Amino acid sequence: MMPRLWPMFVKEFIQMRRDRLTLMIVTGLPVLQLLLFGYAIQTDVRHLPTVVVDESRTPESRDLIAAFENTGSFTIIARLDGREALDRALARGTAAAGIIVPADYPRQLLRGQPATVQVVVDAADPLSSQSGLAAAAGVAQARNLAILSAAAGRAGPPLEARVRPRYNPGLRSATFIVPGLVGVLLTMTMVLITAMAIVRERERGTLEQLIVTPITKTELMLGKITPYIGVGLVQMTTVLLVGRVVFDVPLTGNLLLLYAVALIFVIASLSLGLFISTLVRTQQQSMQVSFFIVLPNILLSGFMFPRAAMPLFFQWVGLLLPLTHFLKVLRGILLKGVGVAALWPEIVILAAFAGGLIVLAVRRFRKTLD
Amino acid sequence: MTSAAVETHGLTRRFGALTAVRDLSLRIETGEVFGLLGPNGSGKTTTIRMLCGLLEPSAGTASVAGIDVAAAPEQIKLRIGYMSQRFGLYEDLTVAENLAFYGGIYGLRGEAAERRTAEIVAFLEIGPRLGQLASQLSGGWKQRLALGCALLHRPVVLFLDEPTAGVDPAARRNFWQAIHDLARAGTTVLVTTHYMDEAERCTRLAMMSGGHLIALGTPAEVAAQVGGGGRTLEDAFIILQERDER
Repeated sequence: MMPRLWPMFVKEFIQMRRDRLTLMIVTGLPVLQLLLFGYAIQTDVRHLPTVVVDESRTPESRDLIAAFENTGSFTIIARLDGREALDRALARGTAAAGIIVPADYPRQLLRGQPATVQVVVDAADPLSSQSGLAAAAGVAQARNLAILSAAAGRAGPPLEARVRPRYNPGLRSATFIVPGLVGVLLTMTMVLITAMAIVRERERGTLEQLIVTPITKTELMLGKITPYIGVGLVQMTTVLLVGRVVFDVPLTGNLLLLYAVALIFVIASLSLGLFISTLVRTQQQSMQVSFFIVLPNILLSGFMFPRAAMPLFFQWVGLLLPLTHFLKVLRGILLKGVGVAALWPEIVILAAFAGGLIVLAVRRFRKTLD
Repeated sequence: MTSAAVETHGLTRRFGALTAVRDLSLRIETGEVFGLLGPNGSGKTTTIRMLCGLLEPSAGTASVAGIDVAAAPEQIKLRIGYMSQRFGLYEDLTVAENLAFYGGIYGLRGEAAERRTAEIVAFLEIGPRLGQLASQLSGGWKQRLALGCALLHRPVVLFLDEPTAGVDPAARRNFWQAIHDLARAGTTVLVTTHYMDEAERCTRLAMMSGGHLIALGTPAEVAAQVGGGGRTLEDAFIILQERDER
């Protein structure tokens, strides 16, 4: 069965081993991306540079400002004299938030009248302003409860919600990002590597030579894919190891199952690249098409942005990407420790992608030069 | 009656509005060294590519080793060897690895593969270069290796598309020696060239211009077509081509 697959595999393997790019892809790229995404990308915004205008200058106002600072969301960088100075700091961008305590703050508190404190946030960037707004609301609420409880003579508030963030109790970005990064990196590199595969042979004139041999289309295609399956799995191992050691990302579930599903996903990605390779004529075109495909994978798969927040149409588009399904498997196994019982729909879909894309690539390829 | 090694009837290939090969009818007997002569763009490469199954003919028929090109292109592939202008070698593989790869693709295994590779290495005298990367070889050595890769499976018909382009004169002479050795052993060779000295070495010639045949015969017959009298093949070629363009 497929007697020419082995020589094709050996040839591809030797070429891969001699290519420095492969080594880069297996080790350099994962480490680089890990450090980039793991350290630089933090979706939990903390320590907003904050300026304060304290018009009352009383122990009560200082106490309130300290409460804001204790949330960790605000870092007070300056105390200013007037509201104009605050506006200038925000406009110039030296501060991202401003807190104004009016002169009558302690008096109103004492009278039992609603006292106000004003929090201004630079909301040009909604993501960073959101945490500031939430923290400000939190401070006010905590204060209100304390004041009301004291007035009612109670030891504590009547209702307390006990929130348990499961699977990622520290709410750390890295725990969420690193498993996803495995999928993103595999998509990027696997698609790109094979997208070049056929065109490179075409450009170098060796495809012409291959066409006049009795090799079948299936032997040619499978011979191109198989050596890189190993590359993909090694790459995944690198990310998981670095993620574990540097970012303390949990590896909760069955790793054997993870590698089995990753194998399917890698085959799907390689086949997608191979399919691209049959569509384009030059290596440059294949590179462009690959990047065109990688971008929606990052944006729509749920890697960084929650799919639930997307319009329905883009949620559907996301379902057409193998990465969307693989991310569920990655996070399911690594963070939640779930097994086949919970993940079988994703596994079936990924297997369908892999099989379908191979068939598509083989069908598309013509054993002639036109 | 022996069957021809290559036979075409009205073979035509169009690329959009351009007709690269028009109504070509040829018959090449087994054991011939047949030359396709013509300037760039005359349709030589397109003709060879159709015969090897690299391009589909737009019209007409062709058979190679008795098998119809359009009907069974994959069956032909075990019986033909092909060497393109670009040699089709993997530059990041060594000489030995290139031979091993093409041998494997042609279904050579184990001891048979070793024996056949050793024969080829001896025939083309590439033994000392086996461990070198193909990218480090000179044009002449690349040409020999490419020929070796095309011969591993003992093809009945060998197609050579401008095999000596960019190769020095000594290497060219050796190469033609090898071609004639092969022909004596019964291999049919179809070779394209625009070198006149190479054309002289063919048993028969077909001159092409603008995609069609302008002369056919032994080198002496073709020279005689323009009146003979000390006229060389080169004179004949230029005269015939000018006539054709008028």
